[in-house]
Amino acid sequence: MRNLPFPPAANNLIATKKVLGASKAHESAHKHVSGEATYIDDQLLPADGLHAYVGLSTVSRGIIKQLDLSAVLSAEGVVEVLTLKDISGHKDIGPVFPGDPIMVNQGDSVQFCGQVLFAVAATSYKLARKAASLAKIEYETDEPIVTIEQGLEENCFVRPSHTQKRGTPKQAIKNAPYSLQGEFRIGGQEHMYLEGQASICVPAEDGGMLVYSSTQNPTEGQKLVAEVLDIPMNLVTVDTRRMGGGFGGKETNANQWACLAALLAAKTGRAVKIRLARADDLKTTGKRHHFLSQYHVGFDNNGRIRGLDLALSGGCGMSPDLSDAIVDRAMFHSDNAYYLSDVEVVGHRVKTNTVSNTAFRGFGGPQGVLAIEQIIEQIARAVGKDPLDIRKENFYTNDDGRDTTHYGQKIEQHVINNLVKRLEDSSNYRERRQAIDTFNQSSPILKKGIALTPVKFGISFTVQHLNQAGALIHIYTDGSIHLNHGGTEMGQGLFTKIAQVVANEFGVKVEDIFCSATRTDKVPNTSPTAASSGTDLNGMAAKDAAIKIKQRLIDFACNHFKIDAGEVEFSDAGVTADDKQFSFAEFIQLAYMNRVSLSATGYYKTPKIHYDREKAKGQPFFYFANGAAVSEVLIDTLTGENKLLRTDICQDVGKSLNPAIDKGQIEGAFIQGMGWLTTEELVWDNQGRLLTTGPASYKIPAIGDTPAEFNVELLPDSDNTEATIFHSKAVGEPPLMLGISVWSAICDAVASLRDHKLSPLLDAPATPERILNACNELRARDS
Amino acid sequence: MIKFLLNQSETIIDQIDPNTSVLDYLRDNLNRTGTKEGCASGDCGACTVVVAEAEGNQLVYHSANACITNIGSLHGKQLITVEDLKKDNQLHNVQQAMVDCHGSQCGFCTPGFIMSMFALRKNNVTADPHKTIESLGGNLCRCTGYKPIIQAANQSFESPSDDQFSEQHDTVIKHLDNINQQYPNAHLTHLDKQFFSPSTSDELAKLLVEYPEARLLAGGTDLCLEFTQFLREAQVLVHTGRVKDLATIELNDKSLVLGAAVTYSHAADQLISLYPDLKELIERLGSLQVRNQATIAGNIGNASPIGDMPPVLIALGAELVLRKGDERRTISIEDYFIKYKVTALQTSEFIESIIIPRPDPLADFKAYKISKRLEDDISATCGAFSIKIDQGTVSAIKIAFGGMAEIPKRAKYCEQALLNQPWNSQSIERAMVEFKKDFAPISDFRASADYRLDVSQNMLRRLYLELESNSQTIRVTQYA
Repeated sequence: MRNLPFPPAANNLIATKKVLGASKAHESAHKHVSGEATYIDDQLLPADGLHAYVGLSTVSRGIIKQLDLSAVLSAEGVVEVLTLKDISGHKDIGPVFPGDPIMVNQGDSVQFCGQVLFAVAATSYKLARKAASLAKIEYETDEPIVTIEQGLEENCFVRPSHTQKRGTPKQAIKNAPYSLQGEFRIGGQEHMYLEGQASICVPAEDGGMLVYSSTQNPTEGQKLVAEVLDIPMNLVTVDTRRMGGGFGGKETNANQWACLAALLAAKTGRAVKIRLARADDLKTTGKRHHFLSQYHVGFDNNGRIRGLDLALSGGCGMSPDLSDAIVDRAMFHSDNAYYLSDVEVVGHRVKTNTVSNTAFRGFGGPQGVLAIEQIIEQIARAVGKDPLDIRKENFYTNDDGRDTTHYGQKIEQHVINNLVKRLEDSSNYRERRQAIDTFNQSSPILKKGIALTPVKFGISFTVQHLNQAGALIHIYTDGSIHLNHGGTEMGQGLFTKIAQVVANEFGVKVEDIFCSATRTDKVPNTSPTAASSGTDLNGMAAKDAAIKIKQRLIDFACNHFKIDAGEVEFSDAGVTADDKQFSFAEFIQLAYMNRVSLSATGYYKTPKIHYDREKAKGQPFFYFANGAAVSEVLIDTLTGENKLLRTDICQDVGKSLNPAIDKGQIEGAFIQGMGWLTTEELVWDNQGRLLTTGPASYKIPAIGDTPAEFNVELLPDSDNTEATIFHSKAVGEPPLMLGISVWSAICDAVASLRDHKLSPLLDAPATPERILNACNELRARDS
Repeated sequence: MIKFLLNQSETIIDQIDPNTSVLDYLRDNLNRTGTKEGCASGDCGACTVVVAEAEGNQLVYHSANACITNIGSLHGKQLITVEDLKKDNQLHNVQQAMVDCHGSQCGFCTPGFIMSMFALRKNNVTADPHKTIESLGGNLCRCTGYKPIIQAANQSFESPSDDQFSEQHDTVIKHLDNINQQYPNAHLTHLDKQFFSPSTSDELAKLLVEYPEARLLAGGTDLCLEFTQFLREAQVLVHTGRVKDLATIELNDKSLVLGAAVTYSHAADQLISLYPDLKELIERLGSLQVRNQATIAGNIGNASPIGDMPPVLIALGAELVLRKGDERRTISIEDYFIKYKVTALQTSEFIESIIIPRPDPLADFKAYKISKRLEDDISATCGAFSIKIDQGTVSAIKIAFGGMAEIPKRAKYCEQALLNQPWNSQSIERAMVEFKKDFAPISDFRASADYRLDVSQNMLRRLYLELESNSQTIRVTQYA
């Protein structure tokens, strides 16, 4: 550069407000509200670009006798048809274990209804979709395994079962004054990201591929595209600016569409876009695992759990995908916030002829937490106490040796006891319980219920090597800062928070930081943005990069002005050195003219974590995030209709980087968790066909489901005692489980029919039908 | 040719497939991609746009799902999309409120929310929490939990409603009047496909005789699903939306007469004033976007077994005027439904109007809708009860249900068990059993057959309790 940009003078500086801990708006907020934020399908294709679509299996289990695609090939606008035999590279895109063929060939077996059989590229989206519907396919069908029970009966598993054990649970249950045995079914959940799966692939020089993908996992997309094309990873670049929602549904499930578009783009030499119509998106992509919980629990008069024997069977669908880790996480969370002295948890990974279930916010954790909460509910009514008192009785504490989980991790920071007490008081839980009892006595049809439920959620990928991240920062000679990191933006405000971290390091405004699209050629070998880890990992990596450049600048200043490091200060969008005031840009120019490198990469790996799966012992989590919610509901005992009246939440986010974004995560996760346990019901027929294939039949919460009174507090003065990014705590997944308070409150309302002496049997989701059935069963039950 | 205003620009479309949705037109033809496709079935609201129409001297701003709005229906109207709201690089106050309240996360649903909020703001003077929920009930957000969106909607009322659209209000009205006067009828031809939008019922009747295979397009909120979900195509579409003499609401001594082109939003006030219990049902029927377009005649015409208005109209003893060419006949709505998706309608015949009797001052009317989600959900079952109690005895009763049979149907055994019986809980318990003779419902993803029966029977209990004790609320929807 011969001529430098004209920098703002130091005397024009406006004092920057504190950036860390400030409720900055989402970096794309202005673009969201004006329609200017661009998603995959909004990108203009090159003039000769093609549109791809897929043909899906209409049976759940069988052999493809004939795959006749002649009508597809000759349909209007069709340019190319792709089947498995056209692929010279890898044909299986299983993310951890094999089992996910990218398509199914004639003669091979179909494993779920909705499985991709072939792909077609045509000149328009509509023509591609129409063409895809013209295939003539004959199957030799077999009886599918649809339910968890069927899978268990036939010993069908995608991965071996796994056990975590402490003490002598069977003996402890036998010795306990009381015991209960039971079963409980937990439904799955559709992600229902508003932006469906989509990708655009553009052929590049040297046989390479530029991939735009709505993915939480650009690196895995890059690896798989390289493998199916049989080219090295350095020829594939994946670019992800933003997703219109992910929630785990684009962690592995985005890969297939990028791979298919890439294969078609490579074959035709033209750019190819693929996006799924909503009904097909629902049929062919995985969901949250549904679970069967089978328990035998021993407890005493006070409701303290003496021994627990718990089997958690996750319905995995047809392939392993991420199910090994998901069922593990369910097992890791089957203690929730409770000390279980003698316990055995067995996790089964049940195989069925349904779509392979995948990551979904909480990653198995919510199912584990709900399983133990359901047991707590049963115990409470068996001993005739308020479930809150049973919860408190069983909390981990830092005395009596009740501080170590069943997998051997010591709880270092005891938050839950105080947090729950605080919420119990601030929400007037006890007074309201009394008022509800009074209401119920005078209301024969409508009944109210209330519940306070806690959450303790482990933070870190349980697969150790994923706990690393990279970042890249450039400073240009006008003082503007370019930031890139390995995390993806799916609405959670990651780019905003990390820009705040970097702005804080350089003492500049957030607006001076530009965070560009996540790209595999900028920051390589990244982990998926998942496990609530986005800010923890990438924030630290970005901070590392910033500190490297900052140190160079300080060293330069010391050298140049012959001063000590302590005399250099970065603040108010400027730099003070040698008692001189520079604007940030002026100082950067000075550094540039004196040949200081203004670009750096950053790196971070989470310390302390280790886990021995063979022994099922270790410290898989860096720390725990805690929270609790109180919900009050109203149910109609004639119809099962229900309404959430009020919710109070207290969530421990450590020292918040951005309270507005954190509250947004908490509120959104709570409502999503409530939806999972109330209106969101996935229904398959006995042939394994999904019947709820769109928002007309699958009901996520609507605006009227948000409680009229909804109080959310971030637990004050609760810095993370671990050295996380500015001592904050992860917030993406933990509050989803606060939705369990709604399910528990519904149980409480139903239980009021028998004076809380009997416990309702209410599988999740608690639809009006299940609630009415629970009311009817409870009314008729012998006491 | 169809002619409309795209914001301020007069837009003429000559060559386009008449099956095209407004959403595809915006995104594919104009590359206006601010409006998003979430589901292409009118269930998520991500594609919400605003269609403004002149009603007298006033522009009325209707939110609509662009994915199930047929392009031809824009003729003579103004289409406003999210791109039009910013002025001189300044956000519109509904947009600014959304930013201020942190109402967007992933941002994909946001343009749709903005447009629903824009319509809400333009049509109302002050914030009303109930209206906010009603107006935004058809927009799904998977990220925020809605709290900041509700706050934003309220905040938008704190700044004045004047904007560039109020400045242009009179010009737009004039412009639309010109188009409508110059081109009262709209017509599109594309290859072998045609779209007609006549302005009188005589022309409509003639077109249907001339094109017996034509598909009748009213609001299109059901028909368009055939195009977007099943990729079917209509060769000939005849649109009722511009037929002036079918867009009439007439209240005479005996009855309320609704023309076939009357939408739910248009008829709501009148229906509710006659039958107050319809307020809840209408507010839970589809979403505001759907009610702004969908017609009551369409809800009858498509003969869905799960439509909510047919059982209501059966219980109220409504009649339909059917017309073919110049011939008209009046039938009881009950006789309209023959079997699954089969109706009394003959080829080239159409529903011209719906005659709903005024309420009998001595009778009561109640309608109960049961669905998984309270807002914007299709009924598992929907029951309508018209009952007259004379000195403690049931002197007249009509009960009809949707979702319980292949057609909307009366519960005649149950009615018989109650008629001329004392109005007490014993009679109710006896009559409840009769439902099993009336209905053999199916199990599907909305509900099991057992639940459908169970809850329908309990509706009778609810009816009894509600009529017996007017004071105590026994519906969760009405608890405040």
